[in-house]
Amino acid sequence: MSVQIKTLNDIVCPPDEARSPLSTQEYFVNMGPQHPIAHGSLRLVLRLDGETVRAVIPVPGFVHRGLEKMAESLNPRQIIHLTDRMDYLSALMNNWAVSRLVERAAGIATNDRIETIRTLMAELQRLQSHVLWWGVLGMDLGAFTAFLYGFREREIISRIFEDTIGARLTMNYIQPGGLMFDIHPDFVKKVKALLAYLRPIIEEYETLLSGNVILQERLRNVGILAPEKAVSLGCTGPVLRASGVPYDLRKLEPYGMYGKVEFDVVVGTVGDCWDRYYVRMEEMRQSMRIVEQLIDSIPEGPHMTTKFAARIKIPEGTYYGHLETARGVLGIFLVSDGKSDLPYRIHFRSPNFNNLWAITAIAPGWRIADIIAIQSSLDLVIPDIDR
Amino acid sequence: MDGEALVQAVIGLGLGAEKREKADRPAVRVPADKLATAMKRLREDEALAFDMLLDHTAIDWLAAGTFELVYNLYSTVHGHYLMVAATVPRARPVVPTVSGLWDAAHWQEREVFDLFGVEYDGHPDLRRLFLEDDWQGFPLRKDYTDEDMLRLPK
Repeated sequence: MSVQIKTLNDIVCPPDEARSPLSTQEYFVNMGPQHPIAHGSLRLVLRLDGETVRAVIPVPGFVHRGLEKMAESLNPRQIIHLTDRMDYLSALMNNWAVSRLVERAAGIATNDRIETIRTLMAELQRLQSHVLWWGVLGMDLGAFTAFLYGFREREIISRIFEDTIGARLTMNYIQPGGLMFDIHPDFVKKVKALLAYLRPIIEEYETLLSGNVILQERLRNVGILAPEKAVSLGCTGPVLRASGVPYDLRKLEPYGMYGKVEFDVVVGTVGDCWDRYYVRMEEMRQSMRIVEQLIDSIPEGPHMTTKFAARIKIPEGTYYGHLETARGVLGIFLVSDGKSDLPYRIHFRSPNFNNLWAITAIAPGWRIADIIAIQSSLDLVIPDIDR
Repeated sequence: MDGEALVQAVIGLGLGAEKREKADRPAVRVPADKLATAMKRLREDEALAFDMLLDHTAIDWLAAGTFELVYNLYSTVHGHYLMVAATVPRARPVVPTVSGLWDAAHWQEREVFDLFGVEYDGHPDLRRLFLEDDWQGFPLRKDYTDEDMLRLPK
Protein backbone atom coordinates (compact mmCIF):
# COMPACT_ATOMS: atom_id res chain seq x y z
CA MET A 1 0.00 0.00 0.00
CA SER A 2 1.41 3.36 -0.94
CA VAL A 3 -0.49 6.58 -0.50
CA GLN A 4 0.15 9.45 -2.84
CA ILE A 5 -0.06 12.89 -1.29
CA LYS A 6 -0.67 15.77 -3.63
CA THR A 7 -0.59 19.54 -3.51
CA LEU A 8 -2.80 22.09 -5.22
CA ASN A 9 0.12 22.90 -7.52
CA ASP A 10 0.08 19.38 -8.95
CA ILE A 11 -3.44 19.99 -10.21
CA VAL A 12 -3.16 23.56 -11.42
CA CYS A 13 0.29 23.21 -13.04
CA PRO A 14 0.90 19.57 -13.97
CA PRO A 15 4.58 19.22 -14.84
CA ASP A 16 4.32 17.39 -18.17
CA GLU A 17 0.92 18.42 -19.42
CA ALA A 18 0.40 17.40 -23.05
CA ARG A 19 -0.43 20.51 -25.02
CA SER A 20 -3.58 20.36 -27.06
CA PRO A 21 -3.04 20.66 -30.82
CA LEU A 22 -6.09 22.93 -30.95
CA SER A 23 -5.69 26.62 -30.34
CA THR A 24 -8.10 26.64 -27.40
CA GLN A 25 -6.66 26.11 -23.99
CA GLU A 26 -8.20 25.51 -20.62
CA TYR A 27 -6.91 27.69 -17.85
CA PHE A 28 -7.28 28.23 -14.13
CA VAL A 29 -8.64 31.41 -12.58
CA ASN A 30 -8.84 32.25 -8.90
CA MET A 31 -12.14 33.48 -7.58
CA GLY A 32 -11.42 34.81 -4.13
CA PRO A 33 -10.27 34.65 -1.39
CA GLN A 34 -11.20 38.31 -1.68
CA HIS A 35 -14.36 38.41 -3.74
CA PRO A 36 -17.67 40.10 -2.95
CA ILE A 37 -19.62 36.86 -3.18
CA ALA A 38 -17.23 34.95 -0.98
CA HIS A 39 -18.87 36.58 2.09
CA GLY A 40 -15.67 35.92 3.93
CA SER A 41 -12.49 34.36 2.66
CA LEU A 42 -13.15 31.44 0.39
CA ARG A 43 -10.92 30.73 -2.57
CA LEU A 44 -12.41 28.92 -5.53
CA VAL A 45 -10.03 27.81 -8.28
CA LEU A 46 -12.03 27.59 -11.50
CA ARG A 47 -10.92 25.49 -14.45
CA LEU A 48 -12.31 27.41 -17.39
CA ASP A 49 -12.89 26.75 -21.03
CA GLY A 50 -13.67 30.22 -22.30
CA GLU A 51 -16.37 31.33 -19.90
CA THR A 52 -17.64 27.84 -19.21
CA VAL A 53 -16.64 26.32 -15.91
CA ARG A 54 -15.20 22.81 -16.24
CA ALA A 55 -14.32 22.25 -12.59
CA VAL A 56 -14.34 24.07 -9.28
CA ILE A 57 -11.64 23.43 -6.68
CA PRO A 58 -12.56 25.05 -3.37
CA VAL A 59 -9.55 25.97 -1.23
CA PRO A 60 -10.80 26.66 2.31
CA GLY A 61 -8.66 27.44 5.32
CA PHE A 62 -8.24 31.20 5.31
CA VAL A 63 -10.30 31.51 8.50
CA HIS A 64 -9.06 28.30 10.12
CA ARG A 65 -8.52 29.12 13.79
CA GLY A 66 -8.11 25.64 15.18
CA LEU A 67 -11.29 25.78 17.27
CA GLU A 68 -11.20 22.03 17.89
CA LYS A 69 -7.65 22.21 19.23
CA MET A 70 -8.53 25.20 21.40
CA ALA A 71 -11.61 23.43 22.74
CA GLU A 72 -9.41 20.67 24.17
CA SER A 73 -8.26 23.09 26.86
CA LEU A 74 -11.61 24.74 27.54
CA ASN A 75 -14.53 23.64 29.69
CA PRO A 76 -18.05 23.33 28.27
CA ARG A 77 -19.07 26.87 29.21
CA GLN A 78 -16.01 28.30 27.51
CA ILE A 79 -16.63 26.23 24.38
CA ILE A 80 -19.95 28.06 23.96
CA HIS A 81 -17.90 31.15 23.11
CA LEU A 82 -16.15 29.35 20.27
CA THR A 83 -19.39 28.17 18.70
CA ASP A 84 -20.53 31.80 18.28
CA ARG A 85 -17.61 32.22 15.95
CA MET A 86 -18.36 29.34 13.61
CA ASP A 87 -21.63 30.09 11.84
CA TYR A 88 -22.09 33.56 13.29
CA LEU A 89 -25.55 33.89 11.73
CA SER A 90 -26.70 30.85 13.72
CA ALA A 91 -24.80 31.69 16.89
CA LEU A 92 -27.73 30.94 19.21
CA MET A 93 -28.40 27.59 17.57
CA ASN A 94 -24.70 26.70 17.83
CA ASN A 95 -24.81 27.59 21.53
CA TRP A 96 -27.86 25.42 21.88
CA ALA A 97 -26.27 22.45 20.13
CA VAL A 98 -23.40 22.35 22.64
CA SER A 99 -25.65 23.06 25.60
CA ARG A 100 -28.04 20.31 24.64
CA LEU A 101 -25.28 17.75 24.26
CA VAL A 102 -23.63 18.74 27.54
CA GLU A 103 -26.98 18.67 29.37
CA ARG A 104 -27.70 15.18 28.11
CA ALA A 105 -24.19 13.90 28.85
CA ALA A 106 -23.94 15.42 32.32
CA GLY A 107 -27.59 14.86 33.25
CA ILE A 108 -28.61 18.50 33.67
CA ALA A 109 -32.34 19.17 33.52
CA THR A 110 -33.98 22.25 32.05
CA ASN A 111 -37.52 23.55 32.34
CA ASP A 112 -40.22 24.59 29.91
CA ARG A 113 -39.44 28.28 30.23
CA ILE A 114 -35.85 27.71 29.17
CA GLU A 115 -36.83 25.48 26.27
CA THR A 116 -39.51 27.89 25.06
CA ILE A 117 -37.17 30.86 25.10
CA ARG A 118 -34.50 28.80 23.33
CA THR A 119 -36.94 27.79 20.61
CA LEU A 120 -38.14 31.38 20.20
CA MET A 121 -34.62 32.71 20.00
CA ALA A 122 -33.56 30.02 17.54
CA GLU A 123 -36.49 30.73 15.23
CA LEU A 124 -35.94 34.47 15.42
CA GLN A 125 -32.37 33.87 14.44
CA ARG A 126 -33.33 31.56 11.59
CA LEU A 127 -35.61 34.35 10.41
CA GLN A 128 -32.83 36.89 10.76
CA SER A 129 -30.38 34.66 8.93
CA HIS A 130 -32.75 34.04 6.03
CA VAL A 131 -33.68 37.71 5.77
CA LEU A 132 -30.02 38.60 5.49
CA TRP A 133 -29.41 35.78 3.01
CA TRP A 134 -32.27 37.09 0.85
CA GLY A 135 -30.76 40.56 0.75
CA VAL A 136 -27.28 39.28 0.00
CA LEU A 137 -28.54 36.99 -2.76
CA GLY A 138 -30.19 40.00 -4.34
CA MET A 139 -26.96 41.94 -4.16
CA ASP A 140 -24.93 39.07 -5.60
CA LEU A 141 -27.26 38.97 -8.58
CA GLY A 142 -27.18 42.72 -9.10
CA ALA A 143 -30.21 43.94 -7.15
CA PHE A 144 -28.73 46.25 -4.57
CA THR A 145 -32.11 47.33 -3.20
CA ALA A 146 -32.67 43.88 -1.78
CA PHE A 147 -29.46 44.16 0.21
CA LEU A 148 -30.65 47.33 1.93
CA TYR A 149 -34.07 45.82 2.63
CA GLY A 150 -32.52 42.68 4.07
CA PHE A 151 -30.28 44.63 6.40
CA ARG A 152 -33.15 46.86 7.48
CA GLU A 153 -35.21 43.90 8.71
CA ARG A 154 -32.17 42.19 10.19
CA GLU A 155 -31.53 45.29 12.28
CA ILE A 156 -34.96 45.07 13.94
CA ILE A 157 -34.32 41.46 14.99
CA SER A 158 -30.80 42.35 16.09
CA ARG A 159 -32.25 44.97 18.42
CA ILE A 160 -34.56 42.42 20.00
CA PHE A 161 -31.52 40.23 20.67
CA GLU A 162 -29.57 43.21 21.93
CA ASP A 163 -32.26 44.05 24.51
CA THR A 164 -32.09 40.63 26.10
CA ILE A 165 -28.58 39.42 25.34
CA GLY A 166 -26.56 42.61 25.03
CA ALA A 167 -24.85 41.24 21.94
CA ARG A 168 -25.75 41.33 18.29
CA LEU A 169 -23.54 38.69 16.71
CA THR A 170 -21.53 36.60 19.17
CA MET A 171 -24.38 35.79 21.50
CA ASN A 172 -22.97 33.42 24.15
CA TYR A 173 -26.51 33.23 25.50
CA ILE A 174 -27.69 29.64 25.68
CA GLN A 175 -25.72 27.86 28.38
CA PRO A 176 -25.68 24.30 29.68
CA GLY A 177 -28.50 24.34 32.23
CA GLY A 178 -30.28 27.43 31.05
CA LEU A 179 -29.85 30.88 29.68
CA MET A 180 -27.34 33.59 30.44
CA PHE A 181 -30.10 36.14 31.21
CA ASP A 182 -33.85 36.13 31.49
CA ILE A 183 -35.71 37.82 28.65
CA HIS A 184 -36.08 41.59 28.58
CA PRO A 185 -39.47 42.88 29.89
CA ASP A 186 -40.22 44.26 26.40
CA PHE A 187 -39.32 41.02 24.60
CA VAL A 188 -42.86 39.72 24.04
CA LYS A 189 -44.19 43.12 22.98
CA LYS A 190 -41.34 43.68 20.53
CA VAL A 191 -41.55 40.23 18.99
CA LYS A 192 -45.28 40.70 18.38
CA ALA A 193 -44.61 44.05 16.76
CA LEU A 194 -41.93 42.36 14.64
CA LEU A 195 -44.34 39.68 13.42
CA ALA A 196 -46.99 42.26 12.52
CA TYR A 197 -44.37 44.24 10.64
CA LEU A 198 -42.61 41.34 8.94
CA ARG A 199 -45.59 39.49 7.45
CA PRO A 200 -46.38 42.12 4.82
CA ILE A 201 -42.63 42.70 4.33
CA ILE A 202 -42.07 39.09 3.26
CA GLU A 203 -44.89 39.53 0.75
CA GLU A 204 -43.16 42.68 -0.44
CA TYR A 205 -39.96 40.66 -0.88
CA GLU A 206 -41.88 38.39 -3.20
CA THR A 207 -43.17 41.22 -5.35
CA LEU A 208 -39.83 43.01 -5.28
CA LEU A 209 -37.52 40.14 -6.18
CA SER A 210 -39.13 36.71 -6.53
CA GLY A 211 -41.26 37.62 -9.52
CA ASN A 212 -38.45 39.44 -11.29
CA VAL A 213 -37.74 37.96 -14.71
CA ILE A 214 -33.98 38.41 -14.47
CA LEU A 215 -33.87 36.66 -11.11
CA GLN A 216 -36.03 33.82 -12.35
CA GLU A 217 -33.89 33.36 -15.45
CA ARG A 218 -30.75 33.24 -13.36
CA LEU A 219 -32.08 30.78 -10.79
CA ARG A 220 -34.54 28.48 -12.53
CA ASN A 221 -33.03 25.18 -13.69
CA VAL A 222 -29.55 26.43 -12.82
CA GLY A 223 -27.29 24.18 -10.75
CA ILE A 224 -29.57 21.20 -10.27
CA LEU A 225 -28.59 18.99 -7.35
CA ALA A 226 -30.15 15.53 -7.53
CA PRO A 227 -31.46 14.13 -4.21
CA GLU A 228 -29.16 11.05 -4.23
CA LYS A 229 -26.16 13.27 -4.91
CA ALA A 230 -27.16 15.71 -2.17
CA VAL A 231 -27.43 12.86 0.34
CA SER A 232 -24.12 11.37 -0.75
CA LEU A 233 -22.45 14.78 -0.42
CA GLY A 234 -23.74 15.06 3.13
CA CYS A 235 -25.68 18.24 2.39
CA THR A 236 -28.25 19.24 4.99
CA GLY A 237 -30.65 22.07 5.70
CA PRO A 238 -32.38 24.05 2.97
CA VAL A 239 -29.86 22.76 0.39
CA LEU A 240 -30.90 19.14 0.97
CA ARG A 241 -34.58 19.95 1.40
CA ALA A 242 -34.61 21.89 -1.88
CA SER A 243 -33.59 18.65 -3.57
CA GLY A 244 -36.71 17.03 -2.16
CA VAL A 245 -35.37 15.17 0.89
CA PRO A 246 -37.49 16.11 3.93
CA TYR A 247 -34.65 15.85 6.45
CA ASP A 248 -35.33 18.34 9.21
CA LEU A 249 -34.30 17.49 12.76
CA ARG A 250 -36.92 19.82 14.16
CA LYS A 251 -39.51 17.40 12.82
CA LEU A 252 -37.65 14.07 12.92
CA GLU A 253 -36.24 14.36 16.44
CA PRO A 254 -38.18 17.24 18.00
CA TYR A 255 -36.17 19.13 20.58
CA GLY A 256 -37.00 22.27 22.51
CA MET A 257 -40.66 23.07 21.87
CA TYR A 258 -40.72 21.90 18.25
CA GLY A 259 -42.77 18.84 19.16
CA LYS A 260 -45.57 21.05 20.48
CA VAL A 261 -45.94 23.53 17.65
CA GLU A 262 -47.30 23.19 14.16
CA PHE A 263 -45.08 23.87 11.21
CA ASP A 264 -44.33 22.33 7.84
CA VAL A 265 -41.06 21.02 6.49
CA VAL A 266 -40.57 22.82 3.20
CA VAL A 267 -39.14 20.76 0.34
CA GLY A 268 -38.33 21.53 -3.27
CA THR A 269 -39.06 19.42 -6.32
CA VAL A 270 -36.29 20.22 -8.82
CA GLY A 271 -33.25 20.96 -6.67
CA ASP A 272 -32.16 23.99 -8.67
CA CYS A 273 -31.14 27.40 -7.36
CA TRP A 274 -34.75 28.54 -7.50
CA ASP A 275 -35.86 25.74 -5.17
CA ARG A 276 -33.11 26.62 -2.76
CA TYR A 277 -34.32 30.21 -2.95
CA TYR A 278 -37.95 29.41 -2.45
CA VAL A 279 -37.41 26.88 0.35
CA ARG A 280 -35.81 29.64 2.40
CA MET A 281 -38.57 32.11 1.54
CA GLU A 282 -41.12 29.62 2.78
CA GLU A 283 -39.05 28.75 5.86
CA MET A 284 -39.27 32.39 6.91
CA ARG A 285 -43.05 32.06 7.01
CA GLN A 286 -42.78 28.79 8.94
CA SER A 287 -40.44 30.42 11.47
CA MET A 288 -42.95 33.20 11.99
CA ARG A 289 -45.64 30.58 12.46
CA ILE A 290 -43.60 28.89 15.20
CA VAL A 291 -42.84 32.17 16.95
CA GLU A 292 -46.50 33.16 16.83
CA GLN A 293 -47.59 29.95 18.52
CA LEU A 294 -45.10 30.26 21.37
CA ILE A 295 -44.89 33.96 22.09
CA ASP A 296 -48.09 34.16 24.17
CA SER A 297 -47.36 31.13 26.30
CA ILE A 298 -43.88 31.50 27.75
CA PRO A 299 -44.16 29.56 31.03
CA GLU A 300 -43.00 30.99 34.34
CA GLY A 301 -39.88 29.67 36.02
CA PRO A 302 -36.20 30.29 36.57
CA HIS A 303 -33.95 30.87 33.55
CA MET A 304 -31.14 28.74 34.97
CA THR A 305 -31.37 25.34 36.63
CA THR A 306 -27.74 25.07 37.72
CA LYS A 307 -25.39 27.42 39.47
CA PHE A 308 -23.47 29.31 36.86
CA ALA A 309 -20.07 28.66 38.40
CA ALA A 310 -20.70 24.93 38.80
CA ARG A 311 -18.11 22.68 37.15
CA ILE A 312 -19.69 20.42 34.59
CA LYS A 313 -18.09 17.01 34.54
CA ILE A 314 -19.00 14.68 31.72
CA PRO A 315 -18.73 10.92 32.34
CA GLU A 316 -16.28 8.93 30.24
CA GLY A 317 -17.52 8.06 26.75
CA THR A 318 -18.32 9.46 23.33
CA TYR A 319 -21.35 11.64 22.70
CA TYR A 320 -22.92 12.91 19.54
CA GLY A 321 -25.62 15.54 19.54
CA HIS A 322 -27.05 17.58 16.74
CA LEU A 323 -29.70 20.09 15.84
CA GLU A 324 -30.96 22.06 12.88
CA THR A 325 -29.33 25.45 12.40
CA ALA A 326 -30.32 27.94 9.71
CA ARG A 327 -27.98 26.18 7.27
CA GLY A 328 -28.37 22.55 8.21
CA VAL A 329 -27.29 19.99 10.76
CA LEU A 330 -24.67 21.03 13.26
CA GLY A 331 -23.31 17.89 14.90
CA ILE A 332 -21.16 17.96 18.02
CA PHE A 333 -18.99 14.91 18.60
CA LEU A 334 -17.58 14.97 22.10
CA VAL A 335 -15.15 12.51 23.68
CA SER A 336 -14.65 12.66 27.42
CA ASP A 337 -12.04 10.71 29.33
CA GLY A 338 -13.86 11.38 32.60
CA LYS A 339 -10.74 12.78 34.26
CA SER A 340 -11.46 16.51 34.10
CA ASP A 341 -14.10 18.92 32.88
CA LEU A 342 -12.14 19.48 29.67
CA PRO A 343 -13.19 17.40 26.65
CA TYR A 344 -10.59 14.93 25.41
CA ARG A 345 -11.67 15.73 21.90
CA ILE A 346 -14.49 17.72 20.37
CA HIS A 347 -15.43 17.79 16.72
CA PHE A 348 -17.90 20.12 15.06
CA ARG A 349 -19.72 18.61 12.10
CA SER A 350 -20.58 21.92 10.54
CA PRO A 351 -23.36 22.24 7.96
CA ASN A 352 -21.44 24.64 5.71
CA PHE A 353 -18.43 22.35 5.45
CA ASN A 354 -20.55 19.67 3.83
CA ASN A 355 -22.77 22.06 1.86
CA LEU A 356 -19.75 23.80 0.30
CA TRP A 357 -18.70 20.73 -1.68
CA ALA A 358 -22.02 20.60 -3.47
CA ILE A 359 -20.58 23.35 -5.66
CA THR A 360 -18.01 20.92 -7.10
CA ALA A 361 -20.85 18.64 -8.20
CA ILE A 362 -23.28 21.19 -9.62
CA ALA A 363 -21.07 23.95 -11.05
CA PRO A 364 -19.35 22.17 -14.00
CA GLY A 365 -20.92 23.15 -17.32
CA TRP A 366 -22.26 26.50 -16.11
CA ARG A 367 -20.85 29.97 -16.77
CA ILE A 368 -18.88 32.06 -14.30
CA ALA A 369 -21.94 34.23 -13.62
CA ASP A 370 -23.90 31.12 -12.66
CA ILE A 371 -21.27 30.24 -10.06
CA ILE A 372 -22.34 33.44 -8.30
CA ALA A 373 -25.97 32.32 -8.28
CA ILE A 374 -25.06 28.79 -7.20
CA GLN A 375 -22.86 29.92 -4.35
CA SER A 376 -25.45 32.42 -3.19
CA SER A 377 -28.13 29.75 -3.20
CA LEU A 378 -25.93 27.50 -1.02
CA ASP A 379 -25.82 30.32 1.59
CA LEU A 380 -22.33 29.61 2.88
CA VAL A 381 -20.80 31.11 6.01
CA ILE A 382 -17.06 30.69 5.61
CA PRO A 383 -15.84 30.63 9.25
CA ASP A 384 -18.11 27.63 9.77
CA ILE A 385 -16.31 25.74 6.99
CA ASP A 386 -12.85 26.44 8.34
CA ARG A 387 -13.56 26.34 12.08
CA MET B 1 -35.02 -1.13 14.13
CA ASP B 2 -33.92 -0.01 17.57
CA GLY B 3 -30.32 0.61 18.59
CA GLU B 4 -29.47 -2.79 20.03
CA ALA B 5 -31.07 -4.67 17.12
CA LEU B 6 -29.13 -2.52 14.69
CA VAL B 7 -25.83 -3.28 16.40
CA GLN B 8 -26.65 -7.01 16.43
CA ALA B 9 -27.58 -6.89 12.73
CA VAL B 10 -24.23 -5.31 11.88
CA ILE B 11 -22.34 -7.84 14.01
CA GLY B 12 -24.33 -10.57 12.23
CA LEU B 13 -22.86 -9.56 8.88
CA GLY B 14 -19.75 -11.57 9.75
CA LEU B 15 -17.24 -8.81 9.15
CA GLY B 16 -15.53 -9.06 12.51
CA ALA B 17 -17.56 -6.17 13.93
CA GLU B 18 -18.02 -5.90 17.66
CA LYS B 19 -19.93 -3.50 19.85
CA ARG B 20 -18.12 -0.29 20.74
CA GLU B 21 -18.75 0.44 24.40
CA LYS B 22 -19.19 3.84 26.03
CA ALA B 23 -21.00 5.45 23.13
CA ASP B 24 -24.34 7.21 23.46
CA ARG B 25 -25.69 5.79 20.22
CA PRO B 26 -25.52 2.47 18.34
CA ALA B 27 -21.82 1.93 17.76
CA VAL B 28 -19.65 -0.83 16.35
CA ARG B 29 -15.93 -1.33 15.98
CA VAL B 30 -14.58 -3.02 12.87
CA PRO B 31 -11.00 -4.17 12.18
CA ALA B 32 -9.17 -1.60 10.03
CA ASP B 33 -8.35 -4.15 7.31
CA LYS B 34 -12.04 -4.99 6.93
CA LEU B 35 -13.16 -1.36 6.92
CA ALA B 36 -13.65 -1.06 3.16
CA THR B 37 -15.78 -4.21 2.83
CA ALA B 38 -17.73 -3.46 6.00
CA MET B 39 -18.58 0.07 4.84
CA LYS B 40 -19.63 -1.21 1.44
CA ARG B 41 -22.02 -3.66 3.10
CA LEU B 42 -23.43 -0.97 5.37
CA ARG B 43 -24.07 1.26 2.38
CA GLU B 44 -25.54 -1.37 0.09
CA ASP B 45 -27.39 -3.77 2.41
CA GLU B 46 -31.06 -2.97 1.96
CA ALA B 47 -31.97 -3.46 5.60
CA LEU B 48 -29.23 -1.02 6.66
CA ALA B 49 -28.93 1.38 3.67
CA PHE B 50 -26.63 3.97 5.22
CA ASP B 51 -26.66 6.44 2.37
CA MET B 52 -25.32 9.44 4.26
CA LEU B 53 -21.91 9.89 5.86
CA LEU B 54 -22.78 12.64 8.31
CA ASP B 55 -19.39 12.97 9.82
CA HIS B 56 -15.94 11.45 9.84
CA THR B 57 -13.26 12.32 12.35
CA ALA B 58 -10.47 10.81 14.43
CA ILE B 59 -9.51 10.59 18.07
CA ASP B 60 -5.85 10.51 19.09
CA TRP B 61 -5.45 7.98 21.93
CA LEU B 62 -1.87 8.97 22.68
CA ALA B 63 -1.44 6.67 25.71
CA ALA B 64 -2.63 3.62 23.73
CA GLY B 65 -0.61 4.62 20.67
CA THR B 66 -3.61 4.51 18.34
CA PHE B 67 -5.89 6.68 16.28
CA GLU B 68 -9.55 5.82 16.46
CA LEU B 69 -11.34 6.71 13.25
CA VAL B 70 -15.00 7.48 13.70
CA TYR B 71 -17.67 7.43 10.98
CA ASN B 72 -21.16 8.66 11.81
CA LEU B 73 -23.62 7.18 9.37
CA TYR B 74 -27.27 7.96 8.78
CA SER B 75 -29.87 6.27 6.63
CA THR B 76 -32.44 8.55 5.00
CA VAL B 77 -34.38 5.40 4.07
CA HIS B 78 -34.77 3.95 7.57
CA GLY B 79 -33.90 6.99 9.67
CA HIS B 80 -31.34 5.23 11.85
CA TYR B 81 -27.85 6.23 12.94
CA LEU B 82 -24.72 4.17 13.44
CA MET B 83 -21.27 5.04 14.64
CA VAL B 84 -18.51 2.93 13.11
CA ALA B 85 -15.08 3.00 14.71
CA ALA B 86 -11.79 1.55 13.47
CA THR B 87 -8.44 1.65 15.23
CA VAL B 88 -5.10 2.15 13.49
CA PRO B 89 -1.62 2.39 15.04
CA ARG B 90 -0.23 5.90 15.39
CA ALA B 91 3.08 4.74 13.94
CA ARG B 92 1.54 3.74 10.64
CA PRO B 93 -1.90 5.29 10.23
CA VAL B 94 -3.05 3.99 6.85
CA VAL B 95 -6.65 2.99 6.09
CA PRO B 96 -8.59 2.35 2.89
CA THR B 97 -10.65 5.28 1.67
CA VAL B 98 -14.45 5.24 1.64
CA SER B 99 -14.66 8.13 -0.81
CA GLY B 100 -16.00 5.78 -3.46
CA LEU B 101 -19.07 5.13 -1.32
CA TRP B 102 -19.94 8.60 -0.09
CA ASP B 103 -18.90 11.81 -1.84
CA ALA B 104 -18.71 13.57 1.51
CA ALA B 105 -15.78 11.33 2.46
CA HIS B 106 -13.55 13.07 -0.08
CA TRP B 107 -13.26 16.17 2.05
CA GLN B 108 -13.89 14.72 5.47
CA GLU B 109 -10.95 12.36 4.90
CA ARG B 110 -8.84 15.25 3.65
CA GLU B 111 -9.62 17.12 6.84
CA VAL B 112 -8.54 14.17 8.99
CA PHE B 113 -5.38 13.77 6.91
CA ASP B 114 -4.65 17.47 7.28
CA LEU B 115 -5.09 17.60 11.05
CA PHE B 116 -4.15 14.05 12.14
CA GLY B 117 -1.94 12.71 9.36
CA VAL B 118 -4.07 9.63 8.74
CA GLU B 119 -3.40 8.42 5.20
CA TYR B 120 -6.24 7.12 3.05
CA ASP B 121 -5.23 4.44 0.61
CA GLY B 122 -6.95 4.88 -2.75
CA HIS B 123 -8.15 8.44 -2.13
CA PRO B 124 -8.18 10.19 -5.52
CA ASP B 125 -7.09 13.60 -4.28
CA LEU B 126 -5.33 13.42 -0.92
CA ARG B 127 -4.12 16.91 -0.14
CA ARG B 128 -4.00 19.23 2.83
CA LEU B 129 -7.34 20.93 3.30
CA PHE B 130 -7.08 23.88 5.68
CA LEU B 131 -3.35 24.23 6.19
CA GLU B 132 -0.77 25.10 3.57
CA ASP B 133 0.75 22.29 1.53
CA ASP B 134 4.16 22.80 3.19
CA TRP B 135 2.90 22.75 6.77
CA GLN B 136 4.97 20.55 9.07
CA GLY B 137 3.18 18.22 11.46
CA PHE B 138 -0.47 17.50 12.22
CA PRO B 139 -1.99 19.92 14.73
CA LEU B 140 -4.77 17.84 16.25
CA ARG B 141 -2.35 15.13 17.38
CA LYS B 142 -1.99 15.30 21.13
CA ASP B 143 1.83 15.51 20.94
CA TYR B 144 1.88 18.34 18.39
CA THR B 145 3.92 21.34 19.42
CA ASP B 146 4.58 24.58 17.70
CA GLU B 147 6.71 27.55 18.72
CA ASP B 148 3.59 29.75 18.72
CA MET B 149 1.61 27.53 21.06
CA LEU B 150 1.05 28.71 24.61
CA ARG B 151 1.09 26.50 27.64
CA LEU B 152 -2.15 26.11 29.57
CA PRO B 153 -1.65 27.71 33.01
CA LYS B 154 -1.83 25.15 35.81
